[in-house]
Amino acid sequence: MLAESLALTAALFTIGVMGVLIHRNAIIIFMCVELMLTAVNLTFVAFSRFYGAAGQVFVVFVMTVSAAEAAVGLAIIIAIFRHRQTVNLKDINLLRG
Amino acid sequence: MLLQSIVDTASQAHPLSGTVAEWVWLLPVLPLAGFVINGLLSLSGAHLGPDDPNAPDHPDSLRAAEAPAISHAEQAGAVGDDHHAVKRHRLAGVTSIVGPGVLILSFLLALGIWQAMVGVHMEAPFIQRYFSWMPVGDLQIDAALQLDQLSMVMILVITGVGALIHIFSVGYMQDDPGYPRYFSYLNLFVFFMLVLVLGANYPVLFVGWEGVGLCSYLLIGFWFNDKANADAGKKAFIVNRIGDFGFLVAMFMLFANIGVLDFIGVNARAAELGAGSAVVTAICLFMFLGCTGKSAQIPLYIWLPDAMAGPTPVSALIHAATMVTAGVYLIARSAALFSLSPVASLTVAIVGAVTAIFAATIGLKQWDIKKVLAYSTISQLGYMFIGVGVGAYVSGMVHLVTHSFFKALLFLGSGSVIHAMHSAYHTTHSHEDAQDMRNMGGLKRYLPITCVLMWIATLAISGVPPFSGFFSKDEILGAVFARAHGSTLASASWLGIPGTSLLYVIYAIGLASALMTAIYMTRMMLYTFHGPRRMGTEEEQHLHEAPWVMTGPLVVLGLLTVFGGWLNLPEVITDLVPIGPAGALDHWLEPVVGGATARVSAGASRLPAATEEMLMGLAVVIAVAGIVYAIARLKPERLVPKRDAIPEEGFEGVVANKYYVDEGLDRAIVTPTYAISRNFLWRLIDNGIIDGLLVNGSAAVARGFGWIGSRLQTGNVGIYAWVLVVGVVALLGAFTLR
Repeated sequence: MLAESLALTAALFTIGVMGVLIHRNAIIIFMCVELMLTAVNLTFVAFSRFYGAAGQVFVVFVMTVSAAEAAVGLAIIIAIFRHRQTVNLKDINLLRG
Repeated sequence: MLLQSIVDTASQAHPLSGTVAEWVWLLPVLPLAGFVINGLLSLSGAHLGPDDPNAPDHPDSLRAAEAPAISHAEQAGAVGDDHHAVKRHRLAGVTSIVGPGVLILSFLLALGIWQAMVGVHMEAPFIQRYFSWMPVGDLQIDAALQLDQLSMVMILVITGVGALIHIFSVGYMQDDPGYPRYFSYLNLFVFFMLVLVLGANYPVLFVGWEGVGLCSYLLIGFWFNDKANADAGKKAFIVNRIGDFGFLVAMFMLFANIGVLDFIGVNARAAELGAGSAVVTAICLFMFLGCTGKSAQIPLYIWLPDAMAGPTPVSALIHAATMVTAGVYLIARSAALFSLSPVASLTVAIVGAVTAIFAATIGLKQWDIKKVLAYSTISQLGYMFIGVGVGAYVSGMVHLVTHSFFKALLFLGSGSVIHAMHSAYHTTHSHEDAQDMRNMGGLKRYLPITCVLMWIATLAISGVPPFSGFFSKDEILGAVFARAHGSTLASASWLGIPGTSLLYVIYAIGLASALMTAIYMTRMMLYTFHGPRRMGTEEEQHLHEAPWVMTGPLVVLGLLTVFGGWLNLPEVITDLVPIGPAGALDHWLEPVVGGATARVSAGASRLPAATEEMLMGLAVVIAVAGIVYAIARLKPERLVPKRDAIPEEGFEGVVANKYYVDEGLDRAIVTPTYAISRNFLWRLIDNGIIDGLLVNGSAAVARGFGWIGSRLQTGNVGIYAWVLVVGVVALLGAFTLR
């Protein structure tokens, strides 16, 4: 039971990572990050079933943090879009060395 | 420490404790106070320097405005013309009182201390410890002053002759814009000189030794606006550094071998070094290197003639009477060491003899009146070194004292001549050389007092009885002769030459240089004061005897020159004519150098009275012969003024150009040093390796790494993410596979 759950969450996490790596669109990358967080949440839930409720407490924390992160992240993305009319990360490299 | 406790108990029980001698610290502190006061006056802004563009009534600019076509007399003498401007410092009165005043007070105090010393019988020196200066493990050095018979002689000379020269300076320097600065330097010099002779150990002596070197530098370059003067100061300073290196090494070796540096300790433990051992010879030779620097002996004499660039009273005080005799004092002070090493003692005597004759020959062909006296000083210092070299420490000191009288008199006399010449040329706006004897002649009519007094000094330095120089010179030559048989020097050998023959050669050289001394001094007097005058008619109107403030000290020095011989009359004379006690200074210095003198002269028997009288007669004959020869052969009327003179040729030219020693040194040492400094040290080491390789190289390395780092910062989030993931996977993989 645990193995299947972990396999599922690993698959979800990997999909999220690949999305972050491959895509150029900031919104999509953002969504992929959310997917990774969700995969982690699912892992916590799966473990909590076997090792006690602590995992579920973590899930609440993660959701809170990801909500805050989403708010800040989206605000930044909107600001960038307003400024440069694009959310393509290839064009956003002001900190190039 | 054991020795320290001995010193303490000795000073507690010392007969001088509780007397005026307790105030010995005041001796150097008084001139130091004078230095502070005059220095503050000089800095207070009341004084405007000669080259200060803000000086509203600058004498040079005034004169330039009056007579634009006339170049300044200041530029005439590249060797250091004694020039002065006509502006009187507004606080000059204070300086005129404070400057000589502190010296007179010091001299009075010295007299008081001398009185106290005469009254008691003291075998051990009187030590005053003030504080611990360098307590470093075994090295215990106190700031302590030592009063004994030897330092007393030096103190009386320094403060006495010093006070006279200070008073003379009031007249000589009164129109100089740097008047308070001059006196502050001069007072500082006396302070350091007193520290030198009062120091109770070598390091304290060394402080004074370096301090007088500093003041010498400052005063040689006193008129620093002229580059030649500033260069002369630098030369003196640098040449002295070579000697001081030797002195320092001698101190290091002393400490390394016997572990003490105070005079009492060194005297007590010198014998541990072993008589004639290589160590004591090395210590003495290194110490003597220091003496050759300070006292202008071969090979380090070259700075003294250039030092004449300073004001003439400075030449009298520093470069004739006191500072340059510090080397003689040092050897007398270290008599316990030198008497242990016949080889080093012979070296001192040989160097002294060679210097004496070498400088005397150069003195024969000099035209600058101060240069004649400078070479004469070097030659007479050579005499003193012959004396202390052959272990006749008292004779060396006697000559030091009498020389300080007659040479100070000669220098001050020449100062009064230059003063007269210069003010004459100054009034007529001429830019002739006021120091060149070819421009003088016939001055005895205008400077009668100076002329008489300088003749007395000339007779004294030539060795004509009964003037002081006769006794002191004769004593040295007699000592050389007496030690040629039976002394430790006679039985030693130097570079394979037996001591006996060396001592006879030194004696012969001494006689020869005495002859030359008589010749060149008479030549100087003839060309300066006799014969026709060679300056213009207009200048003649302005020639005048110096004011009393200048001639007064000359008269006092004249008296000292006449009666200085009474310091140490030879027994032969007192047996013949009972004019005073014999060997007064011999008895006085007996507790300090008596043991060392006895050790050197060990088996030498006293000369029979007949021999001594014969030697004395020979010396007198030679002196008189020199004077007569000069008077007979020199024709002042044939001289032409400097501007018309043709340079000497042949050997005379070589001598007149001082054997081209300066030029030779310039080619052999100075130019290669410059070349090495420029091409190797500067271009290769400094520019190439330090700046190029190390400084710029490390910057280039940092820039390279920075460039690599900046390539990683693409600014592209995608790549960062890739790198992050790759890193995480790699780390996880590493942990998993381990």
